[in-house]
Amino acid sequence: MKKSPRKKHIAFKKEFFALPYTAISIVFVVVPLLILLYYAFTDKYTGAFTLSNFSLFLDSAIWKILGISFLMALSTTVICLLLAYPLAMALAKLKSNSAFIVVMIFVLPMWINSLLRIYSVKLLFGDFIGIDKGFLLSLIGMVYDFFPFMLLPIYTSISTMNKGYFEASNDLGANSFKTFVKVQLPLSTPGITSGILMVFMPAVSTFAINDILGSSQYWLFGNEIFYWFQKSLYNTGSALAFVMLLLILLSVYFSNSLNKIISPNSKPSKKNGGVVNEK
Amino acid sequence: MKNKKVSKVFSITFIAIMAILVYLPTLLLVVYSFTTSKVIGQWSGFSFDLYRDMFADFEIMTALTNTLIVGVVASVLASLIGIVTAIGIYSMKKRYKSLLDGLTQITMVNADIVTAAAFMMFFILVQIIPDGFATLIVAHTVICCPYVIMSVLPKLATLDPNVYEAGLDLGATPHKTLWRVMIPQLLPAILSGFALAFTISLDDFTISTFVSSSVETIPQYLYNKLRFKGVMPVLRALSTLILVVAFVILLVVNIVQNKKSKKILFAGGITK
Repeated sequence: MKKSPRKKHIAFKKEFFALPYTAISIVFVVVPLLILLYYAFTDKYTGAFTLSNFSLFLDSAIWKILGISFLMALSTTVICLLLAYPLAMALAKLKSNSAFIVVMIFVLPMWINSLLRIYSVKLLFGDFIGIDKGFLLSLIGMVYDFFPFMLLPIYTSISTMNKGYFEASNDLGANSFKTFVKVQLPLSTPGITSGILMVFMPAVSTFAINDILGSSQYWLFGNEIFYWFQKSLYNTGSALAFVMLLLILLSVYFSNSLNKIISPNSKPSKKNGGVVNEK
Repeated sequence: MKNKKVSKVFSITFIAIMAILVYLPTLLLVVYSFTTSKVIGQWSGFSFDLYRDMFADFEIMTALTNTLIVGVVASVLASLIGIVTAIGIYSMKKRYKSLLDGLTQITMVNADIVTAAAFMMFFILVQIIPDGFATLIVAHTVICCPYVIMSVLPKLATLDPNVYEAGLDLGATPHKTLWRVMIPQLLPAILSGFALAFTISLDDFTISTFVSSSVETIPQYLYNKLRFKGVMPVLRALSTLILVVAFVILLVVNIVQNKKSKKILFAGGITK
């Protein structure tokens, strides 16, 4: 690579283009999170350091809420995965020019207002079919709301796979089931884990869906956080939001390490797949 | 051979069933927006009454205007900041690049409710920014920026750096080269980034609810009505309208993008 002095000068200048955004995100993203942290660990009146905002976690009620949230998010994720994976496989079989349109059909709902989708679920499953507000209706709402986010990454990972691997696996004597389990599934783990992450995290933190489709009996962690902020009890609210943040960081870390364990070298295969498909 | 055919029929049937399942609720909503009946399943004659009611409803119209104002301002700001930032990140050294990548990831990875709570505490503590349009626009701009950056950055990587050099060699100032050479090439990516930002702003409920108590947007309006009022037939007309707007945006973006990318592909061929 040869570098003319002028180019170096320009590159140096262009770097500064990122400065305004750096400043913006420090002021409006990093600082607010630090403020949240400050509120979580200080007393409402004195401003002194305290852990009392977390005293809620000594009560069993909050653990029940956390349990229900986890169960809800997990069920949503599993149902989405079980529906999305076969669908992604079926979509990947389509011819490329028709596939684009069909995939668009399934991804389109991502662009539709999520409250509107919740409302439509309420109309069909709640008012028309007659499912009462509660865990089940809430679950249906979540599956509808988050399904595209599971489908898209899985479809992307399956459709960019090197098809040669399947042929090789067949040639080497594996039947199609074995090929699926030993070849396709491991190769699609990056798609699966990012799909799981994209469904699980919003499902564990949402409150709007449950407010509209659920009942107070199945109060979720998101509802709890919103409740404290609505009551202007910011310190306890911040403490709960902080716990949510930890949960998210934990699940990101978990999915990243899962990715590394299952398919440590899945990236090269993607590249090869791209080359083969171009033929 | 026969096996293959059976599996193909099976997979197409599966795709069709899933598509019907996905669209059934929305379809019901649209169909029943043309009748005034209170209960779904009971058709009380075709009419545009719900639409008339909707346009006469002051609260709905105010919420619609608010949503559009916030959406347009925030997505334009986010696009401007996003484009400039993407160019900056692209020409950065690796170490700073990963730092900025981390910054853009924060709001994208974080749960909306945590981001929203953090914004709320910030606005309460700082108190310079007045509650309402200002807080909404600031918050929406900040959460939309990463999406614009993410759409523009990969496109930047595919550009031919020689074109920029050529612009300079032919006597254009770096500033002029940026606006006359770089930006037009990036236009499809910018457009999709803008559309993404606009949609995210229109769609946002959680952050808006936390940061604004005086100005109500459409998602907030829908939430309040669905949670506290129960069934309101006029919501079906409103939903259909939002749906149509979303589809039109998507369609326009796709058409323009296809045209632009073909043109640029062609122009790229000439420069080479």
